[in-house]
Amino acid sequence: MRLEYFQLIDRILEVDIADKTIRTEARVPASSTIFEGHFPGYPLMPGVLLIEAMAQTAGWLLIAVTKFTRMPFFAAVKDAKLRAFITPGQQLALSGKVLHEGSGFAVAKADIRCEGKLACNAELTFRLVEFPNSEFRANMEKMAAILEFPSEMLANA
Amino acid sequence: MSSTFDTVAKIISETCDIPHETIKPESHAINDLGIDSLDFLDIAFAIDKAFGIKMPLEQWTQEVNDGKATTDQYFQLNNLCTRIDELVAAKGA
Repeated sequence: MRLEYFQLIDRILEVDIADKTIRTEARVPASSTIFEGHFPGYPLMPGVLLIEAMAQTAGWLLIAVTKFTRMPFFAAVKDAKLRAFITPGQQLALSGKVLHEGSGFAVAKADIRCEGKLACNAELTFRLVEFPNSEFRANMEKMAAILEFPSEMLANA
Repeated sequence: MSSTFDTVAKIISETCDIPHETIKPESHAINDLGIDSLDFLDIAFAIDKAFGIKMPLEQWTQEVNDGKATTDQYFQLNNLCTRIDELVAAKGA
């Protein structure tokens, strides 16, 4: 994770276009100014950032499913459950699955596991829109490369 | 059509917490019921699931933006139900 850049996942491990599923991973930084406030003497990864990590995981899945033709913008979260405390330095395994691909929107579910246990899960809704401009898209492509997004697989799909 | 309306009215009532009795076939989802675009995504998700269809919202929105259609044609509930029935029929054809 690079919290200062709002990058909440480190790597895309697997995307299954047919099954519409994704697996990603992330390590919570050992230190961050965020932990100085949340909370002094008892650092915890904020739940809202865990939800964002799930949204980024599901978002990259939707970019893959739509073959990089649509940008998913996070629109709603339902039934978010923060089941365990996540602390600095912990390794997270994230997964997502598309529940419904509508016209201009999609609904997905995602979860985070830590040390083999379910730590949080939620249902997430996204608006799917065309990339706002070429600079935006170029930056997303750059980020895709950093995250090891399987671009070659999409080319062959 | 009537059963389609009943299903749609139930979905709208449950999704947006609107009293069922205020939802009429002639109600306009946006102008009369005050449903915003985010709530409509929830409604569209529920309608797509309930009827096994994919409402072409992007196409409808484009037609309205281009002046080729009015919002009444798609978002007045009796018209919306007709569109849903057409999509269900097309799926079975």
